Amino acid sequence: MKILVAVKRVVDYNVKVRAKADGTGADTANAKMSINPFCEIAVEEAVRLKEKGVATEIVAISIGAKQSQEQIRTALALGADRGILVETDTDLEPLAVAKCLKAIVDKETPDLVILGKQSIDGDNNQTGQMLGALAGMPQGTFASEVNVAEGKVKVTREIDGGLQTVALNLPAIVTTDLRLNEPRYASLPNIMKAKKKPLETVTPADLGVDTATRVKLLKVAPPAERQAGIKVADVAELVEKLKNEAKVI
Amino acid sequence: MPMRDSIRLPNPYQTDTHQQWRASLRKFVDSHITPFVDDWEEAGTLPPSLWQDAANVGLLQLGYPEALGGISAGTDLHHMIIAAEELAACGAGGVYASLMVHGIALPPIVHYGSEALKQRIVPSVLAGEQHISLAITEPGGGSDVAQLTTQARREGDHYIVNGSKTLITGGLRANWFTTAVRTGEAGVNGLSLLLINANLEGVSRTPLSKKQGWWCSDTATLYFDNVVVPCDHLIGQENSGFLPIVHNFNNERLALTASALEAARVCFEDAWCWANERNTFGKPLIKHQVIGHKFAEMLRQINATQGYLDSCAWQITQGISKPSDVALLKVQATQTLEFCAREALQILGGAGYLRGCRAERIYREVRVNAIGGGSEEIMRDLAWRQLMASNA
Ligand SMILES: Cc1cc2nc3c(=O)[nH]c(=O)nc-3n(C[C@H](O)[C@H](O)[C@H](O)COP(=O)(O)OP(=O)(O)OC[C@H]3O[C@@H](n4cnc5c(N)ncnc54)[C@H](O)[C@@H]3O)c2cc1C
Ligand SMILES: Cc1cc2nc3c(=O)[nH]c(=O)nc-3n(C[C@H](O)[C@H](O)[C@H](O)COP(=O)(O)OP(=O)(O)OC[C@H]3O[C@@H](n4cnc5c(N)ncnc54)[C@H](O)[C@@H]3O)c2cc1C
Repeated sequence: MKILVAVKRVVDYNVKVRAKADGTGADTANAKMSINPFCEIAVEEAVRLKEKGVATEIVAISIGAKQSQEQIRTALALGADRGILVETDTDLEPLAVAKCLKAIVDKETPDLVILGKQSIDGDNNQTGQMLGALAGMPQGTFASEVNVAEGKVKVTREIDGGLQTVALNLPAIVTTDLRLNEPRYASLPNIMKAKKKPLETVTPADLGVDTATRVKLLKVAPPAERQAGIKVADVAELVEKLKNEAKVI
Repeated sequence: MPMRDSIRLPNPYQTDTHQQWRASLRKFVDSHITPFVDDWEEAGTLPPSLWQDAANVGLLQLGYPEALGGISAGTDLHHMIIAAEELAACGAGGVYASLMVHGIALPPIVHYGSEALKQRIVPSVLAGEQHISLAITEPGGGSDVAQLTTQARREGDHYIVNGSKTLITGGLRANWFTTAVRTGEAGVNGLSLLLINANLEGVSRTPLSKKQGWWCSDTATLYFDNVVVPCDHLIGQENSGFLPIVHNFNNERLALTASALEAARVCFEDAWCWANERNTFGKPLIKHQVIGHKFAEMLRQINATQGYLDSCAWQITQGISKPSDVALLKVQATQTLEFCAREALQILGGAGYLRGCRAERIYREVRVNAIGGGSEEIMRDLAWRQLMASNA
């Protein structure tokens, strides 16, 4: 069984991102970049399926600038077998990303595609679902448990009310939630071996994907600074403040 | 981003596998080391399982020949520097000192040992199954290696060893000692390196447990009382022991520098966090110019040390390094550490006097950095003599 895993290059979760002074975006120049944490969970899940003997090949795909190779190499060091970079310098919207992935799904015909439920930069939470629609594949999103057996994948989903389990026919799409697994770290020999694994580069044009943007960004601004809290002496004062200052009751 | 990363200068010699190695090691240290360091320090030892864990991530094997169980293909000095830095970030220098002590004891065997010795010792040490320490220093002195007195007298196929070694890191845990002994005349030309099995009759050891720092790193005094060691345990040639002893100095000093430098960054980081939270005289400490300038001065010294380290590492990879440069690099690093530990603790005020913060522990580790692996005075002495010799 072949698994496709999508990995996105994002600003590292430790970096405090600031808005650019002119409001045209976030200032990410020189910021440390990493693999999106949800994508890392996706890679880990694929590697575990391979270790269990369920999967035979894992292909890691990243769509983005040339430097996204680094994130593919990370996935290769964690256990993916080969990589595909869809190289573009444009910041793609989820629909364009999903179209690129759809083109690769057509070519690679995987049994399972695992993606993060969202990436921590845009927090869109759309790509997996859009890919499902475009490819006509069933989807199990926000997975906290994944089991593959007898041509089906059973996905336990984290939903508002608790947990929901769905069974999907393969090929299928899974997006990962935080509690699905704890990603491993790559050992030094695996980091070195990853350098020798194949990494192919294509462009959205090669895949016949139109990457035109459909959403217009108006302005990026930091959230209003929070006021320091105050202490109230008693309930009467609390009620008074809620009524007259906060005006919420 | 952690402060110690924010203040790390960009490094042109570190590329993709270096970044990945740092990221992996950081996860390893965060999950397997940092949460337990306080307990290990109080216990005065490290758990045996740590060696297994370190072998699993590839740490113990880094830089050793693949044929002996090492990992060297594609690696360079910067992978080693990163290992020293990331381990130092746990805030207890004793972890690196003990866990990686084979880094000083094993290279003589790898480079000068017989094939049989290599096969017997190296793979099992790199797998974390056996332990090896380096025994040079004696109660009578450490700096003046040429004068050491532990005797190895040849009798047929054996050496009979008598004498004592002290301040030996990992000495209680070690299965083997790479031991400097006197086999001939007085001075450097009578020294040999001998591999001694810790289980041999006549070998005994006592712990040196009341140390200023490095508590989790066990340290021992060793006694050799008519110990019978087979001649084929000689490392290199008889009476040519000085060469294998000094062979590894460049790498060792580079690793010590990287450890000390990262410890200085940790001091900076701990003090920075505190100075942003702590208010005195109506504003955060960091807003007092006197305190702010302390950070500027710490950073100046940290940056200078990193630039110097990167230059020496490059020289070594090019095969053009001068031992005097590397010796003085170690002085630069430990003086930077001494300064940053002092300033950090000053900024932390009374809180920094209490155990439980990394900077307080690092403050107690300044001296072992400045004395062990070649003291500051000896490093300057070496550089001065080389300057005179090469410019005579
Ligand atoms: C925690 C710890 C762990 C250690 N681990 C090991 C180990 O694993 N293996 C091992 O073999 N050793 C180990 N050592 C010993 C260490 O290498 C020695 O302490 C060091 O070499 C200095 O030797 P010494 O202590 O005998 O001091 P001495 O040689 O007696 O020197 C005392 C002081 O005088 C200075 N000095 C000496 N000669 C001169 C000179 N000519 N000019 C100017 N100043 C001079 C020195 O710089 C030093 O400041 C360890 C030490 C410590 C503290
Ligand atoms: C072992 C020990 C015993 C003690 N015993 C007692 C005791 O018996 N009774 C008691 O009352 N206290 C005691 N203390 C507390 C001691 O007096 C305080 O630690 C000291 O006054 C510093 O205060 P602080 O620790 O709160 O540091 P902070 O006031 O937070 O200062 C932190 C650092 O910032 C510097 N700093 C502060 N403000 C400024 C500024 N405006 N400009 C420049 N630098 C500034 C300080 O010099 C210090 O280096 C003890 C402390 C210790 C360590």
